[in-house]
Amino acid sequence: MNALVIDDSTAMRLILRGILQDLGFEVSVASDGLEGFEMLPQLAAKLNVILVDWNMPNMDGYAFLRQVRKDKAYRKIPVLMVTSESDIKKIQKAFAVGASEYLMKPFTAEALREKLELVGVLG
Amino acid sequence: MSLAPPNNSVTKMEFDFIRQFILERSGIALDANRMYLVESRLGPLARRRQLNGISEVVARLRAQRSGDLALAVVEAMTTNETSFFRDVHPFESLRTTLFPEIIQQKGRVDLWCAACSTGQEPYSIAMVASESFPQLLSQKKLKILATDLSTEVLEKARSGRYSQLEVNRGLPAQLLVKYFKRQGRDWHISDRLKDAIEFQQTNLLTVRVAQKMDIIFLRNVLIYFKEDNKRRVLTNIRQALRPGGYLFLGGAETILGLDAAFETVRIGRTLCYRLK
Repeated sequence: MNALVIDDSTAMRLILRGILQDLGFEVSVASDGLEGFEMLPQLAAKLNVILVDWNMPNMDGYAFLRQVRKDKAYRKIPVLMVTSESDIKKIQKAFAVGASEYLMKPFTAEALREKLELVGVLG
Repeated sequence: MSLAPPNNSVTKMEFDFIRQFILERSGIALDANRMYLVESRLGPLARRRQLNGISEVVARLRAQRSGDLALAVVEAMTTNETSFFRDVHPFESLRTTLFPEIIQQKGRVDLWCAACSTGQEPYSIAMVASESFPQLLSQKKLKILATDLSTEVLEKARSGRYSQLEVNRGLPAQLLVKYFKRQGRDWHISDRLKDAIEFQQTNLLTVRVAQKMDIIFLRNVLIYFKEDNKRRVLTNIRQALRPGGYLFLGGAETILGLDAAFETVRIGRTLCYRLK
């Protein structure tokens, strides 16, 4: 299984990568939405899930998600937003443009595993 | 050496220390009203390590903030076995099979969560009903009895207030925004779901439920009882279930060999027991 983690925080990339590797994923990382989007042509064919932060420089997670959902080649990849944004309106906004699930920081490894089960990537 | 039994209650100062410690080590902020959690998690940990209660755990952490004990404390305080829609499949079986079957038979559903802990299980069931069989809630045709031995966890269950960490666990975020309101740092569940649930303190060894239930959830409870008490609990459960009613146990539990009155039924990816 393959996952792409997009987050501008080095610490968060490490945490997410560690948990995902424990769950059996091969993990690629990017530090903003633009870098992540540019990696997609290479990765998309084998990608099972994308985890993306909301607030990042260059291209934020919301803009990234909109781009991904517009593109036929990437449209079906499950995208889990992993963000400290916990406003109900923001969560609704993410779902409106096609988020598969939404996980609020801070979170536990178990919570991440359960979200991956909810989007059908695990379990 | 003191011969007095270890004291597993926690003082305000100890609680504040633990909160600060957990925050520094995990980024997780324990709510101010979670003293019971410190007692219920660190009491057993102190016992296992033969320490003299939570006071000694705290004293040792003050002396050494890293190492084996520190790790164990962080893990004990941040691991929560209870989540919404725990194990997913039992809730799926309600939606696909059992609710439709029982609604057709008698037009209403009586269900008992026999060890409801902090309430995630009964609220998940109420959400299943609201999403797929809204008439059950609007016409008050679903009654969930939710019981637990601990009055502390019941109080939390009844309040319907959950931290962000708790609503992250197993709850689809679309249901979060639909059924919860944010108040400060907590999330409050809607009164519409609460209205379907009656919370009550009970001891499963002595309980007598007058009403006959269609479905009973008794998940991950029997594992805590010894053989003879398991039988007593099952007898009480059986008396509360109508013939043809369904019993759900935890994924690793079985009643085979304990009670011949039940037959095993597979629904989708879950196993449950039907009273003959």
